[in-house]
Amino acid sequence: MAIGKFGARDAGPVSRRTLLRAGAGLAGGALLPSGLILPALAEDQPALGTWPDGSSGSSVFVGISVPRTGTYAAAGEDLIKGYELAIEHLNAGSEIMTKISPNIKKGVLGKEVKYGIADSEAKPNTAVQNLTKFISDNKAVMVTGSVSSAEAVADNKTADREKVIYLVGISGSNDTTGKDCVRYSFRECFYGQTAAKAIMPVLIKNLGKNKKVAYLTPDYTYGHTVQKSMEEFGNEGGWTKATDQVSPLGTTDFSSYLLNVANSGADVVVNINFGRDAVLSIKQAKQFGILDKMTLVVPYNTPFLAKEVGADTMQGVFAATDYWWTLEDTNPIAKMFNDAFRAKYQYSPEWSANLAYAQIAMWADALERAKSFYPPDVIKAYEAGAKVQSTVGEVFFRGADHQLVRPVVIERGKKPADMKTPEDFYDIVEVVPGEGLMQSPTEFGCKLGSYT
Amino acid sequence: MLSLPNFAAQAFNGLVLGALLALIASGLTIIYGTLGVLNLAHGAMFMVGGYAGVVAYQYTGSYLVAVAAGSLFVMALGLLMERVVIRHFYDRPPEDQILVTFGLGIVYVELVRLTFGSLSQSMPPPSWAAGITSLGFMIYPTYRLAVVGIVAVALLALYLVLYRSRLGMIVRAGIEDAVMVDSLGIDVYRVFMIVFGIGAMAAGFAGIVNVPIAPITPDVGESILVETFVVVVIGGVGSFPGAVLGGLIAGEILSLTSMVDPAYSQVMLFLVMTFVLVVRPRGLLGEQGRA
Repeated sequence: MAIGKFGARDAGPVSRRTLLRAGAGLAGGALLPSGLILPALAEDQPALGTWPDGSSGSSVFVGISVPRTGTYAAAGEDLIKGYELAIEHLNAGSEIMTKISPNIKKGVLGKEVKYGIADSEAKPNTAVQNLTKFISDNKAVMVTGSVSSAEAVADNKTADREKVIYLVGISGSNDTTGKDCVRYSFRECFYGQTAAKAIMPVLIKNLGKNKKVAYLTPDYTYGHTVQKSMEEFGNEGGWTKATDQVSPLGTTDFSSYLLNVANSGADVVVNINFGRDAVLSIKQAKQFGILDKMTLVVPYNTPFLAKEVGADTMQGVFAATDYWWTLEDTNPIAKMFNDAFRAKYQYSPEWSANLAYAQIAMWADALERAKSFYPPDVIKAYEAGAKVQSTVGEVFFRGADHQLVRPVVIERGKKPADMKTPEDFYDIVEVVPGEGLMQSPTEFGCKLGSYT
Repeated sequence: MLSLPNFAAQAFNGLVLGALLALIASGLTIIYGTLGVLNLAHGAMFMVGGYAGVVAYQYTGSYLVAVAAGSLFVMALGLLMERVVIRHFYDRPPEDQILVTFGLGIVYVELVRLTFGSLSQSMPPPSWAAGITSLGFMIYPTYRLAVVGIVAVALLALYLVLYRSRLGMIVRAGIEDAVMVDSLGIDVYRVFMIVFGIGAMAAGFAGIVNVPIAPITPDVGESILVETFVVVVIGGVGSFPGAVLGGLIAGEILSLTSMVDPAYSQVMLFLVMTFVLVVRPRGLLGEQGRA
């Protein structure tokens, strides 16, 4: 890959820019607040978003907006655990944090990181209010979090308008870094396109060709894009759609949808529902006897799913995910992360906690490479595509759409008898490298906006 | 997915969905018909019943104890609520009644959230109704079948209390002329309190009976309340038979529409409600002038 030529961590464009700015920016410097620790940086620029106010003190504020109530609450709470652990490690300059972000000392650019948490209810309107409040009241230098792609897309737009960097939480829609991408947002997790491309060959190999598929799809951008991608890649193995049961977010009784599935003649049920919708639809599918006749597939696995529906139901089920804790067998950073997480929370982390942790660590890395809180500098540091060592191996952000190029983990539910510990729900079947999975950055219509 | 087996399956499923809606709606409509108070905390009371029952289940492991606990706890909550708050609102304008019950609903939801968190709580079906039953044209979870019977018994009990008992007679007399009943030496307010308790109990009972079907969360009452209102409006506000009929109709609408396109089932429900309001504003079995 050509990434290497942009990827030099220590050298490069930032220091040259800094010199130019330092020379040109003396007049602007007089206007800066007195507490600024980094006097020579970017001071010729007019104020932008919360810069420079947000980073002029001894600490910076990060706003976290995730659902703590409703269908996606469990994943939201798990994200919070990841964020809190990461911020704690960042402020302490812990060893695992320096594995991912080698230049940090304590905090970011010498400043302690403080944070606030707000409940987004997975509703776009509430999420936007939370972000706006963090930005106007707390002068947040960065905002983060989402479990629904609908809120992630709304957050994208808010962050871009306010010129404050936003780190996407969970969001599986192709659109988040596709047609709804923005200059100010960055996504860590995999999404519909990558999930489908990664899992379909495994499914066709293991379940056979020419299968009829019933889809259970939540009715918003995430559900529709994942369904479309699955159908597209299924065509290659002669898989055809028997039915697509679209349900509103937060459905509690799936009986009508499941009866349609039961009568559809499908061989495979692809369940795209997420959060509590996934838990309930799978439990009820079991009650309606559907899982005895049809094979369940989960293209975008929900945190805690196996814990909630039980290993008995999940055995043999193929799923695609961001992270599963047994990656620690081959990845020392994953082992360090899992150990730290288990010490604090007494269970092995799910992928949502890993995502939140990774986003904070990579943000710190981008800041340290930018050597500035000035948003365009930070964004350019991200866009340089520096390779980062993470819990899922080497990863980097694509400059063209701000999507992390990262592997997708294909897992398969273990038989209850084969589980070595109560948390040993899955075998990792394959870790599919990210580069081959991703569409060209323009395929989903991504046009990043202006830096300022 | 139009086919004969699917039609039969969905029509049957509509009956099951409708039965629960009918029970919840009858609680709401009894309270409104008797006291004239629209209880917007009804959905929250459905939820409280579920939680109270689950707690009882966790201690005893008994489905019957759970159902009894869920129902009685919400009944007690209803009695308390009427005595302490609602009673002072009988002579106030409807807006005040709506606001105070809506507010109480929020308080219940947040108290439960504070105590139990946002994760869902569940309870398995009782052993005698576990597993699946083959109905020939479909297989169906046994517990959902049992719910139809359980709800039918509950509705019958409500009917007997309201229409075939001394209490029911006083209630109906109280609705017509509270002053006259009062002057006959009967404490109408005490009767009103009991009616509020019974109406609340119907919600609590439905709440716990529903838990083995769909685990509960603190916000589950919101959508239930909306559907319950639709049922009451279709059936006729204040009418007990109307609530039962409305519930069954709503269940069938939700289920049968989903056969064509599930995305439209909620839309269809509101379309039918609108149609009923236009053609027969008092609802299918509603009495003139009550609503």
